[in-house]
Parts: sequence; C-alpha cells; structure tokens
Amino acid sequence: MSDTPLLSVRALTKRFGGRVACHDVSFDLWPGEVLGIVGESGSGKTTLLNCLAGRLEPDAGSVSYETASMGTVDVHRLSEARRRLLARTEWGFVNQDARDGLRMGVSAGANIGERLMAIGARHYGEIRGSASEWLGRVEIDLDRLDDRPTTFSGGMRQRLQIARNLVSNPRLVFMDEPTGGLDVSVQARILDLLRGLVDRFHLSAVLVTHDLGVARLLTHRLMVMQGGAVIEQGLTDQVLDDPQHAYTQMLVASILPV
Amino acid sequence: MPDGAYNYAYLDEQTKRMIRRAILKAVAVPGYQVPFGGREMPLPYGWGTGGIQVTAAIIGQDDTLKVIDQGADDTTNAVSIRRFFARVADVATTTRTEEATVIQTRHRVPETPLKDGQILVFQVPIPEPLRMLEPRETETRTLHALTEYGVMQVSLYESIARHGRIAKTYNYPVLVNGRYMMSPSPIPKFDNPKLDNNPALQLYGAGREKRIYAVPPYTSVKSLDFEDHPFEIETWTECCALCDSKESFLDEMIVDDAGKRMFVCSDTDYCQERQQQHRPEKT
Repeated sequence: MSDTPLLSVRALTKRFGGRVACHDVSFDLWPGEVLGIVGESGSGKTTLLNCLAGRLEPDAGSVSYETASMGTVDVHRLSEARRRLLARTEWGFVNQDARDGLRMGVSAGANIGERLMAIGARHYGEIRGSASEWLGRVEIDLDRLDDRPTTFSGGMRQRLQIARNLVSNPRLVFMDEPTGGLDVSVQARILDLLRGLVDRFHLSAVLVTHDLGVARLLTHRLMVMQGGAVIEQGLTDQVLDDPQHAYTQMLVASILPV
Repeated sequence: MPDGAYNYAYLDEQTKRMIRRAILKAVAVPGYQVPFGGREMPLPYGWGTGGIQVTAAIIGQDDTLKVIDQGADDTTNAVSIRRFFARVADVATTTRTEEATVIQTRHRVPETPLKDGQILVFQVPIPEPLRMLEPRETETRTLHALTEYGVMQVSLYESIARHGRIAKTYNYPVLVNGRYMMSPSPIPKFDNPKLDNNPALQLYGAGREKRIYAVPPYTSVKSLDFEDHPFEIETWTECCALCDSKESFLDEMIVDDAGKRMFVCSDTDYCQERQQQHRPEKT
C-alpha cells in the first residue's frame, strides 16, 4: 500500500455570501478507499464534493491530489487546462441525475467513447470495442450500443453514466447520490455493480449520500456532516453501530426498519 | 464613377478600419474567430452581410470582383452583390476565376485552382463549428482555448454508428494549422481539400454572428476523420452533361415531369470555359 494519501483536504471552507456551506473540513483519502459523506439535505455534502472535484472554488483551505504522473498537485492552483485534463483522465464524476452526466442526444456507444476521443483516440473500431466491453461490464445488453440514452430506463442511464466515467480507467471517482431517485431493486443492482467495479479496478471514491444503507454497503469510512461542519467521522461500521454525536444517533435511529 | 451618395465601398472609413483590424488579427491567428462590430447592410441577414462587409473593407479600385452563389455567377444573390460593388466601389467585375482578385462566395470554392494574390471571401451563416454540440458561447470559447475538440469527434462517431459512414456532406469540420477547429462555411466537403495549403488568402465573414476568421495562404487545413474511416469526398458515376467534366462538383437537376435527370457542373465559369475549349464548333 502507498504511504501518501490520494486526496488530502485541509481546512476547506466554502461560503455563499454570508451562508457557510462547508466549514473547516479536513480529511485524507487513501488509495483504494471509499469514503462516504452523509448528512441531511442542505448540510453541505454536495458543495464539499464539488470543491473536491475542482468544480467550485473554496474560500479557504486546500485540496491536494497525488497524481499518477505529475506528483502531488493542489487542485485549485492548477491551470484550468490541467484541471480539466485531470478530470477526464484520472477522475470520474457520477451525477445524481444521469441526464446531467450524459449526452442525451448521442448513442450509448458515443457516450462511453467520448472520454477516449477527448484524450486522443481516433480509431473508430477500437473506440467501439471499448464501448461494448464497458456496456457489458455495467450489464446493459450489447444491442443497445447504438440506442440513445433517452430510450433507457433510469437505472440503465445511471449504469451508462458509470461506464462513461470508468472507461478512461480513473483512479478516483466522485459520486453524488448515485442511487438517488431509483427504486429499491434497481438501487441494489447498481450498488452491487459499483462494489464489484471498485474492488476490481482498485478505485478510490468519495460518495455523497443521504441513504445510510448505501453508505453501509459501499463505504469503508464515513463522515457525518451537519450545517456545513463534519461532526463525526470514523470507520463506517463503527459510526453506524456506535454513533457518538447526538445528531448521528438521531440519523441512525431514523432508518426505517423493514 | 462610384455613386456620390455613399462613401467609397458603402461603409464609412472608420468602419472599414475596424473590419481591417479584425481581419489582420484573424490572419495572425488562423482559424480563430475574431468578433467585430457588424453593421446593418442593405440586404437581409443570411444573404451575405458578413461576406459583403469583408469585401467592402478590402476592395479597392484596382480590384476585379467575382461573386458566386452555389458556384454560379448568374443567380440573383451573386448578380446583386456584383452590381452593388460595381456601383458603390467602381470596380471591374468578372465571372472568370483567373481574372478576379477578390472572389466573394457562398457554398462553393471555384474549381479553377486559385493563385497567389487572390482573396476568397466566404459568407458564413454559423461561424462556430461546435455550436450544434454545445449551445453555450462561454463553453465553446473555453473548448477552443483549451483545444478540447473531443466532442466534435463524438459527432462523427455518432454518424458512423448510425449510417455506417461519416454522413456529413457540407460544413465539414476542419482543424486549421493544427490548432483551431473551424467551420468552413456550408461548402460541400468536396471543396475541403482545396482549402488546404491554398495559395489564396481565405477570409470568412459572419454578419449576424459578427465574427471574422481567416486561413492565410499555404496553411494546413485538415478535415477530421477516424483512422479506420478516413475523410472522403463525394464522387459521381456520371460526368457533366454540358462539358463532360469528371472532376468537378456536379448538381443533379430534374429536367422534366417524368423524372429525367441531368448532372451539370455547379461552377458555371469552369463549365463554360471547358465547353469553349472542347467544343469550339458549337459556340
């Protein structure tokens, strides 16, 4: 195992005017680790994720990332060109709404192939080959390769979005509620798929969710946020089985028993 | 003599200077779209307001002007623009490609090879090649700035996936000087190879969108493609019914109600010249 963290966040603060969205967040993400961020809506989870992925500029603090080739970089000090290159080669970003992460006007194959073409692939046959391979990996029938995502169900779109992100072999994937808005059986299938892919490709991931069940199943470590601050963090099982903070206790207690 | 009611070449001198500055910048950065303060012209948007402003800014009394529309010298738009400049700029006009110093064109590049010193002015409806793929101007500017052109390749991929080949036949995207993605205006892709390394200066004017861009002489212009689906131009099994040309771009015309077809050159000057050379007895 590596002895430097993949992502190292220090004293990250983001304000929107007078409203504090994230306050003084610090953590390390190690290679191969899946970190969950849970909390109620409005607690700053998604803002934090966007700051990590370089989509939002934080007001204070730093995000350093250990790249594959360029050493350690401060994500927010990189030039826009380098940051965008990083985002489409070493990172992935899975949106809650697949429509935000997919090109709805082009076929599934083109969606998966886009990253490859963006980094210079110019052989149609090879791009198509990788696209079918990844379609298979996310369990979508190969005869849907030339269909547009508009003809796909919600769960299929989400799986297509995952394939589109993973095709460039990223090392770090940011996921914003990847199973939100899907029905339970579809959720289970996507969770199962994600678990397999994270394991197989040794991915690191930061997963934002408000669903503690998803967090329990996928994440190794858990951060609980409330009002923009991290109020508790630790191993997932530890946090969920023995919550220390009153808010976490309330959160765990409010899971509906089946 | 020019019409006394107007300044020479219709536009006032300050406007022409502003357009010339934009042209110089465009020539200095091949393929880059330079914004300019487009003026109202005495013809509607979409009829060549961009091209006519560029021509007005560069034309002088020693020039010889040719105007073509879809390759033809005798269509309404071509005749009107040619007459307009004859009246306001007092220039000689011609239909012969080799005699012209300035050629304003819509939808075609002349078949006759262009020479050093000639200027080809294109009328451009949509200057942004990425517009249909990315509607936000801020985003397309970023994509140009960072040379992120993967999305254009995606559109070609999609075309092959759906049609089995790159089905785009006009306005086929090109990369200029290895740097900027450029829309060659709606010329058929048949004309794309003529843009590459051309001795003439190519100026592109978009009046509604208020953009000017340029390809200087002898600049590389590469049509996008895939390694296993290379760029190809249109071909015809027929030859021109009037001049027997097998090399020129042919228009298909339906000549009677029974659906009888005829193929003729779209470039009327080229066609007439060949007819005179090869069938002198008929003229």
